[in-house]
Amino acid sequence: MPDEPKSPSPTPDPKQTPAAGSAAASTPEKHSAPAKPAGPAALPWDSPMVSRLKQRYGSGVEASSYLGQNYMVVDSSVVAELLRVLRDEERFDYCVDVTAAHYLEREKQFDVVWILYSFALNERIRVKTMIADGESVDSVVSIWPAANWLEREVYDMFGIRFEGHPDLKRILLPDGWKGYPLRKDYGIIQQDQEWVQINLGIESGQ
Amino acid sequence: MTDQTTTDPRRYLSHLELGEPDKTFLDTNELVINMGPQHPATHGVLRVILKLDGEKVLGTECVIGYLHRGVEKIAEHRTYTMFNPYVDRMDYVAAVSNGLGYCEAVEKLLNVQAPPRANYIRVILAELNRLASHMLWLGTHALDIGAITPLFYTFRDREEVLKIFEKYCGARLTTHAFRIGGCLYETYDGFEDDVKKFHKFVTPKIDEYEELLTTNRIWVERTKGVGSISAKDCIALGVTGPVLRASGVKWDLRKAQPYAAYSEFDFEIPTCENGDTYDRYLVRMQEMRQSLRIIEQAVGKIPDGPIMAKVPKVMKPPVGEIYHSIEAPKGELGYFIVSDGSTQPYRVRVRPPSFVNLQALDLMVRGQLVADVIAVIGTLDIVLGEVDR
Amino acid sequence: MLASMFDGIKAYLFSGKSTPGQADSIPASLFWALVYILLIFLGLSIAVIAMNWLERKILAHMQVRLGPMRVGPHGLLQPIADALKLLIKEDITPAAADKWVFWLAPLMVVITAFTVFIVVPFGPAHAVTDMNIGILFMLGVSSLSVLGIVMAGWASNSHYPLMGALRSSAQMVSYEIAMGLAVVSAVLMTSLNDKGTGTLSMIGIVQAQAAQHVWFVFKFFPLGLIAFFIFAVAMVAETNRAPFDLPEAESELTAGFHTEYSGFRWSLFFLAEYSAMIAVSSIAVTLWLGGWLRPFTDWLSGDTWDMVFALIPGLSLLFLAGMCFYSTTRMPKHPSFRIQTAGLAGFGVVLAAAGVLLFVPPVRAWVQDIFWFSAKVAVFMYLYIWYRGTFPRYRFDQLMKVGWKILLPIGIGVLVLTAIAGVFF
Repeated sequence: MPDEPKSPSPTPDPKQTPAAGSAAASTPEKHSAPAKPAGPAALPWDSPMVSRLKQRYGSGVEASSYLGQNYMVVDSSVVAELLRVLRDEERFDYCVDVTAAHYLEREKQFDVVWILYSFALNERIRVKTMIADGESVDSVVSIWPAANWLEREVYDMFGIRFEGHPDLKRILLPDGWKGYPLRKDYGIIQQDQEWVQINLGIESGQ
Repeated sequence: MTDQTTTDPRRYLSHLELGEPDKTFLDTNELVINMGPQHPATHGVLRVILKLDGEKVLGTECVIGYLHRGVEKIAEHRTYTMFNPYVDRMDYVAAVSNGLGYCEAVEKLLNVQAPPRANYIRVILAELNRLASHMLWLGTHALDIGAITPLFYTFRDREEVLKIFEKYCGARLTTHAFRIGGCLYETYDGFEDDVKKFHKFVTPKIDEYEELLTTNRIWVERTKGVGSISAKDCIALGVTGPVLRASGVKWDLRKAQPYAAYSEFDFEIPTCENGDTYDRYLVRMQEMRQSLRIIEQAVGKIPDGPIMAKVPKVMKPPVGEIYHSIEAPKGELGYFIVSDGSTQPYRVRVRPPSFVNLQALDLMVRGQLVADVIAVIGTLDIVLGEVDR
Repeated sequence: MLASMFDGIKAYLFSGKSTPGQADSIPASLFWALVYILLIFLGLSIAVIAMNWLERKILAHMQVRLGPMRVGPHGLLQPIADALKLLIKEDITPAAADKWVFWLAPLMVVITAFTVFIVVPFGPAHAVTDMNIGILFMLGVSSLSVLGIVMAGWASNSHYPLMGALRSSAQMVSYEIAMGLAVVSAVLMTSLNDKGTGTLSMIGIVQAQAAQHVWFVFKFFPLGLIAFFIFAVAMVAETNRAPFDLPEAESELTAGFHTEYSGFRWSLFFLAEYSAMIAVSSIAVTLWLGGWLRPFTDWLSGDTWDMVFALIPGLSLLFLAGMCFYSTTRMPKHPSFRIQTAGLAGFGVVLAAAGVLLFVPPVRAWVQDIFWFSAKVAVFMYLYIWYRGTFPRYRFDQLMKVGWKILLPIGIGVLVLTAIAGVFF
């Protein structure tokens, strides 16, 4: 009956066995001290698929595995093609999520993340790319139609434009809203006061 | 090699082209009408703009965001523990599963495993929660189609589930049942008896619902062939949950990527073939029965032991990202959490099943009649709290 | 003049003649006609009020809830409260509505719904008049209500009510055809007598059933039954009730022809709906279920059986009174419920008194036919409520399909087969 504070293996989900790439993800070193651990490190992830992609895109692809979850950090110039290759050749037919994160202090401020899953391989991967403010990414709606609203939400919340999206407009916020709330320089109680005053007829939304 | 390339991607786009010159009602047969956001049948504040040709729907557009509360932004300003109650408010109909997904995601990030007893309690509550969610779905869906009685029956039986929740954690709807690392509350005295009694009580009730609807000729006519979606379209649109299973894809995260003790139970994944409203109804009814099966197995053998793993009081997960998803009653509910090493998450992204499923509405109602739009919205089982967050 | 009227009245009362239309002198028959009209009007109003209460209570009990309980004991005064509320509500007329038509439409619907009752026979001598084209009159006048509905939709000058009204009227017109075919089958059966002539008169139809010693629902089994079922389904569609109530459903997009009506005008539509339900049920009862005839006239015949069946009206009222008294004992004992408890007990006393009154022989004889007729109509009312609680709603195209593609061909088939059966049997 395992009762230790932290289990030795970093995979809290031993059933999640990606078909390829599990070898590298099995046992990183764990400090058993109850104090703050140094934490599991991101391990390199190697698999036939990764080697195929590395062959095509060389240094534009960096594949790692953290806590048993495989992900790739891809250069923004090759990510569009790589995603298409992932669906067409590597059978990642289900786009689980498209999202982003904002790192204000970085030069390339935005992390755009695609989470993909393959029914055939029962495998889930993340593809990440970094873009600067004002840069846009290719839309994957033509690859996975599921990304339609997901990309609209990323645009709505972060202001990242997706080239080739059929109808990129705000989805959760009203159409005329100014500002992109999930950016780190947008305050937690900040609102578009102008929109509030015009449309709701009140002085402030607070 | 996939065959995705053969489908015209424009098939999945909303077919509502606004911006045509104003035509009066009598000039052409085309009409653009608006449903919602206040409407008795849209299950929340959802606005659907319909383009009709007489009675036939040519295209739709959903306007959402009326319930957007900025949950993801709030998450960045709360600690991991403080954010736990917020997730219940997203899919407020089935709050336990939201909490389960979030707690498990953070546990993964902390590299902690909940003890087996906690996992069993989680499974029991999650399956009770699935039952409650499906019961509410059944009542409201039947009400939209015109059968006004099953609503009362399902709500009456849902009360029993909510009573168990209330006895366990004090709340009926937004339960906040789990904590990061396990469960906070030990099962109360008589929990197993209550659950067993409930199991005995509700099994014939599900048969009662089926008796009212499954072979009812009017029900079958209203739901068969309505809102069909093929498996290929489901996968392309990212639709998960009972909608996907009714289209023939036998995929359930509880079996494909088991979490929280689900691997120890024996249950089936119901599927159907046609992917129409009737099939989704059958799949959900069967899911209710399978949930009861899991509950029966689980409540008989809850292991002893602690209910909470050793988690630090001040949680500072190491820098990194994690994505964890569970099979919520509505589909794949996922949490993508980015940690920067501090006590507050850097980014919490909730992947809501209802949001992605709602995209499929346009494809499903194209060519159907207006009266079917409501049936299809009901059968997608969306909760606006989750769609908008 | 007065003396002759008295003589006419006396002659009428003791002559055992049939309906006022055939009384000896014209003033007498007019007077009686007016009395009967008033009685029917009152009776119908009470029936509609009772229907309102019954529908809410029965539907609620089917849905595992209680229904109105507060307004009067067990909600008995709820319909009165509703009526009062509707009367004092603000009378809103849409600005762009066609005022005269807007005003006329509910009147039209109510008038047609009430007018059909002048030929409904509650007994061999208990009808306002006995037209020799009774059934035709009923069908014809009830079709006029469609006009009222279209007028309502049109006059509202709004898109949704117009569409709802058109749908409603299309539905009603389609199902009238099926109804008509079923009615003709029943009328055919009335001609199976020595003279070979049937009758369209409502009283005549029931008398034909009495003469042939069989209710038409059982005649030429299963033809009578099928015709009855066709009529039973068509009449539900005719009155826009579940499962054919798409034009008035709230969760659909087109909100129905009575959207723009509020307050008293709306209550007129709703009154007319219940009256229409009672009217078509009366047709069904008259044509197939033997009208005012008591069950088992032939199998359980004889004086003792007659006496047993004669006691049933009184017994049923006493039973209702008993239920009232029982409920009185179960009322909460809190002081604020004193008035309600007293009211319920009083109501029980009234019912008991009426029940006892029905045991008195002259009253007993007089009320027999009315009671059996009303009881059968009440069964239909219960069925209406039951359908509403059980069935989902048909979509409009499915509804039209049922009317045209299913009921109509079966109706024609039944008609032809009935005619053939009538020739040979």
